[in-house]
Amino acid sequence: MPQIRVEDLRKTFDIAVRQPGLWGAVRGLLHRQVRHVQALDGVSFNLATGELVGYIGPNGAGKSTTVKVLAGILVPDSGVCEVLGRVPWNQRAAHVAQIGVVFGQRSQLWWDLPVVESFELLRDIYRLAPAPYRQTCDELIGRLDLAALLDVPVRQLSLGQRMRCELAASLLHRPAILFLDEPTIGLDAVSKLAVRDFVRQLNREHGVTVILTTHDMDDIEALCSRIMVIGSGRILSDGSLAALRAKVSGERRLIVDLEIPDLAVSDPEAAVVQVDGRRVELRFDPARTPAAALIGRLAARYPIHDLFVEHPPIEELIARLYEQQR
Amino acid sequence: MRPYRAIASARFRLLLQYRAAAWAGIATQLFWGLIRTMVFEAFYRSSRAPQPMSLSETITYIWLGQALLAIVMLGVESEVRDTVRSGAVAYDLCRPVDLYSVLLIRNLAYRGATTALRAGPQLVLAACFLGLRLPPSPAALLAFGLATVMALLLASAWANLLTALLFFTVAGDGVVRLGTVLPWLLSGIVIPLPLLPDWWQAVAGWQPFAGLADLPFRLWIGHLPPAAVGQVLVFQAAWLLGFVLLGRLLLARGLRRLVVLGG
Repeated sequence: MPQIRVEDLRKTFDIAVRQPGLWGAVRGLLHRQVRHVQALDGVSFNLATGELVGYIGPNGAGKSTTVKVLAGILVPDSGVCEVLGRVPWNQRAAHVAQIGVVFGQRSQLWWDLPVVESFELLRDIYRLAPAPYRQTCDELIGRLDLAALLDVPVRQLSLGQRMRCELAASLLHRPAILFLDEPTIGLDAVSKLAVRDFVRQLNREHGVTVILTTHDMDDIEALCSRIMVIGSGRILSDGSLAALRAKVSGERRLIVDLEIPDLAVSDPEAAVVQVDGRRVELRFDPARTPAAALIGRLAARYPIHDLFVEHPPIEELIARLYEQQR
Repeated sequence: MRPYRAIASARFRLLLQYRAAAWAGIATQLFWGLIRTMVFEAFYRSSRAPQPMSLSETITYIWLGQALLAIVMLGVESEVRDTVRSGAVAYDLCRPVDLYSVLLIRNLAYRGATTALRAGPQLVLAACFLGLRLPPSPAALLAFGLATVMALLLASAWANLLTALLFFTVAGDGVVRLGTVLPWLLSGIVIPLPLLPDWWQAVAGWQPFAGLADLPFRLWIGHLPPAAVGQVLVFQAAWLLGFVLLGRLLLARGLRRLVVLGG
């Protein structure tokens, strides 16, 4: 049985539209114009215990709405949603005791209090017994390297330090499922790596199911075995990164470093994407021309210093997926 | 109860740290209290007509009002307002606690801590130098104490109603500001309610905000006998129940139409 079951979830928001200008404001008092935004338009998926799934889509696609429905914050208009056998918004208290959340753009720590006091407050809010709390807390402090931060008021923490504390705060009650909403937003490279390592470890060693929404494709590539892409309230693609690539395009990139700069490179089966001094980037379809054949042709015609083949960046795949759907 | 106790104690400890603000507040309230007592003294001297309260009773009433101003006048903590406006309230909804109770606890701690810091020194100063008279009997003091605790609850429930209204507006400052003017006007903080004209008395006695200041103060000065405390408490409790029910209803509706943006 899946840990999370979502079937045909729908949610519409009514957003009041104000006409521009003073006259518009006056008219708005008498007659409100409402715009319907279909945030979720029949979303369905299942998640098994221990999956680490990336949930991606542009702003306003319905990512956060889905997460908020799963977390029990929003009630959908229709559809089925079961998390650990419970309907989140009906059995909210029992449900939220089993989940952890981190909203990267907001803080769950008390701004003026030292970090450790926020933790202790959460201990009381979740009614945790002292011994298991101590054990979990020590473990998190060790793994996220928080010992030096515990007595610092939250407002004095850097963003990277704060995010490590947020992660710990969301896990004190040992949830079975963790929702991460843009956990690496605004972080520097080192902090991003620390967050990723921690999430990977948490998923592998403790079997915590993780749902990661992000705009950072490096997060996705580094962490997720499964990627769900949402656009305009519908799931556009659901599967591994390889499956997503196969679905959108099998295209590859050949990057060639030449011995001489600014040569006019061309090939009948490949297109030049960009030229940057000695470096030329070509696009080709391996179904039409195998990489070896292409490299052979180029090597015969141009002085090549070095070359490598790679997949197109994941951002491009996503962007193309959206274009195809439109 | 454990989560709520923990939240209350954390807020209380935090707010007790703002001692400089408390001293500034005390100075301001003493200054205004002096002006107001002088205004009423002039008013009593210029009028021969018998008044419903004696001058010394009125002066005591005014100093009580200055000392306990925080109960009536505090709106909703800016932090709570920001929480609702920014959507960080989403976190509070992800906890296994009742949101209405959490907000009530926070409003209560806000008022309780602020009053606890300011009331004591002001009452001592006013009693020693400024004409505040002590209650006529220990029973009157006890009656005042009970009614004041209830006033604190009633004020917090009113603030919770305002907090629930914040879920319906984009920027909540207007709601909160309007919501603090009403109790300010109607609690007796501006003009002691017994001094209002007769046609007002019928209304003034029944509206909820009389329970915030007027009724406890009159128990202190003996304008109401200590035995009336039962009636006062029932009156306050009835309005408290009304505010809580309405607040819960509004909050439930507000949460249903909640749109947490961003992310």
